[in-house]
Amino acid sequence: MITVLSILLFLAGVFFFFTATVGLLRMPDFYCRMQATGKGDTLGAFLTITGLALYNLNHGFTLAAVLVSLKIMFIVVFIFVANPTATHAIAKAGMDCGVEPWTKEGGNT
Amino acid sequence: MRYIVVFLILFAHWVIWSGMLDAFHLSLGVISCGIVTAMSHDFLFRRDKFLPQHITEVFRFIFYIPWLMYQIFLSNIHVAKIVLSPDMPIDPKFVWYKSKLKKDISHAAYSNSITLTPGTITTDIVDGQYYVHCLDQKVADDLLTGDMEKKVAHVFLED
Repeated sequence: MITVLSILLFLAGVFFFFTATVGLLRMPDFYCRMQATGKGDTLGAFLTITGLALYNLNHGFTLAAVLVSLKIMFIVVFIFVANPTATHAIAKAGMDCGVEPWTKEGGNT
Repeated sequence: MRYIVVFLILFAHWVIWSGMLDAFHLSLGVISCGIVTAMSHDFLFRRDKFLPQHITEVFRFIFYIPWLMYQIFLSNIHVAKIVLSPDMPIDPKFVWYKSKLKKDISHAAYSNSITLTPGTITTDIVDGQYYVHCLDQKVADDLLTGDMEKKVAHVFLED
């Protein structure tokens, strides 16, 4: 039961990583690529790591296994703190360097 | 009071990370947490004293996280739909958003929430004005309704 649930979580997470990568390849400019990669990763990482934490409990809810799962879940917390900060820093650096945003009307200015 | 709270937080982390529950490792934890608390107790909280409202903020923030996860999920599906559709209907633009938040911590929480939600990136904050890059008109509209701002204001007792 837990195995099936964690496999489903893995698949969902891999799907969102996949859309992030497709977005990185298809988007027209710097900022939109930031959107695709910086964001698809958050949900993808959350689902994948939750799946790992669940899979770790496969052999029974001993104290050691629960502690390891808790540590795995802390990775998600750190990603959720670090990811938006890094995305913002890269986007702001791009803006400060004068990267022109692509718009629908003007095309690549 | 603050010493005790900082010590308890540090010690809880010690127990979780080490995973060793025998007397030797626990006493090592007590000693090192005590040293760290004595040296750097004022790093974790800048306030001088605890008020009941700070506990309210912590609890409201915990209840804010599931709502944020739900929003991340919804807009991630929206972005995935955009990316996978053959003609890729994006309309990227920069939006100025005037926020009514006052505290530093609510600005930090709100801008991080905006950036976590797919389709929007906070690039700058100038005097409470957010300069946000939006992927298309729908996510920009979602931002401009101000739902998330109201939630954050509610969490940090600014409403």
